[in-house]
Amino acid sequence: MNLPIPALVLAVVGRDLRLAVRHGADTLGAVLFFVLAGALFPLALGPSPDLLRRMAPGIVWVCALLAALLPLDRLFGSELEDGSLDQLMLTGLPPSLVALAKMTAHWLTTGLPLLFAAGPLAIMLGLPAPVLPVLLTGLLLGTLVLSLIGGMAASVVLGARRGGVLLPLLVLPLATPALIFGAAALDAAQTGLSWQPDLELLGAFLAAALPLCPLAAGAGLRAAVE
Amino acid sequence: MFRYPTGSAAHDPRSIVIPASPTPARPLLDVENISVFRGERLVLDGVGLALDAGDALLLTGPNGAGKSTLLRVLAGLRKPEGGHVLWAGIDALADRTAHAARVAYLGHQDALKAGLTLRENLSLAARAAGSDPDEAMAALDLSGLADLPARMLSAGQKRRAALARVKLARAPLWLLDEPSLGLDSRAIGLLDGLFRAHRDTGGIVIATTHVPLPLAHPKSLILPDLNDAARDDVRATVDDAT
Repeated sequence: MNLPIPALVLAVVGRDLRLAVRHGADTLGAVLFFVLAGALFPLALGPSPDLLRRMAPGIVWVCALLAALLPLDRLFGSELEDGSLDQLMLTGLPPSLVALAKMTAHWLTTGLPLLFAAGPLAIMLGLPAPVLPVLLTGLLLGTLVLSLIGGMAASVVLGARRGGVLLPLLVLPLATPALIFGAAALDAAQTGLSWQPDLELLGAFLAAALPLCPLAAGAGLRAAVE
Repeated sequence: MFRYPTGSAAHDPRSIVIPASPTPARPLLDVENISVFRGERLVLDGVGLALDAGDALLLTGPNGAGKSTLLRVLAGLRKPEGGHVLWAGIDALADRTAHAARVAYLGHQDALKAGLTLRENLSLAARAAGSDPDEAMAALDLSGLADLPARMLSAGQKRRAALARVKLARAPLWLLDEPSLGLDSRAIGLLDGLFRAHRDTGGIVIATTHVPLPLAHPKSLILPDLNDAARDDVRATVDDAT
């Protein structure tokens, strides 16, 4: 009669995706921010192709990090405000899996579109085409890490006054390893060095975040509904 | 299972509920000595109640007496600072995820997403419990509104939708925070049928309210405002109307 746990997680993800489609403007906001913020750099730094090519990895990664932050505030905030969080906690899923479902939805609605937008942005900044696969692989791992860490931070600040201000202060330091390895892999690829070690470290970071972040987020959700 | 106020100041159970049946069997829902602090403030002090299958309990009391808090404790959403919630003799709060399957909770808010249609709003609860959303919507006279976005519904219609979700959960324990909020007399009539069907199948209804609800032979638990300085005799009073 009752749905098995994995199907229930998918049902929560599906509900979030449907919500994201209904509120399309909110969903696209993060990607548009990413593209616009990236497009500001040539205007500010000047159109020197050499300079932009040198800076492209850093620009793409920092913009992706900031863009992924944008929807975090509402990830659990809207659920708490309208009482849906209580109902989610009573669906029969452990809180950590509720959190994991929300993080998955965050990645599908923010991380995945960022991946699609990253290619054009990187080409615009003059990143050589052979480096693009390294960028996208790194960003694939990196956006997953950001969704996990971001979801954890969002659940921890849930219910706090000025949570929106607290959120970047919590996420940005935790996300710096992803930023360092991801941008370093690109740098290495551009200068012809080996980029695999950096991506492997990024993968290790993801492997650690995957079990730990949902657990911490689950505890945060429990505390938020109390 | 009788509990009396002992009169001793230190360990004074502030409330008693007399079980409906005189049988010595353990009640289905047995709540003992629940105490909850909100910050520095004591909200619930030694509240106890015992309900059997098919029972209904009305929680009343002034604003701020802790009615909603007690419901959240019973739902497993909030851990009490002291006391036990026993379901069929098992500590329900030890595994709150498992307890969630026994509970259908209606909060102050209707927990509807404005952008989703009524059917979409109910679909998660329906899938989780494996029940039919159309049947629940029909029971609350919402069939014609199933494909409207929730933002177009009136307050009473939203309340009915939230009640439909309670029915969908197919859970034995209904915890309803002012279920009649915003409902018209016709909808309150629907509520009557809903409660009756639930209790006939052995379900328990616990509702907070400030207005009369269509519940036949309810027990009643009146929570005092523990922080009301004007009163020195604060004790939860219980009467058994059956």
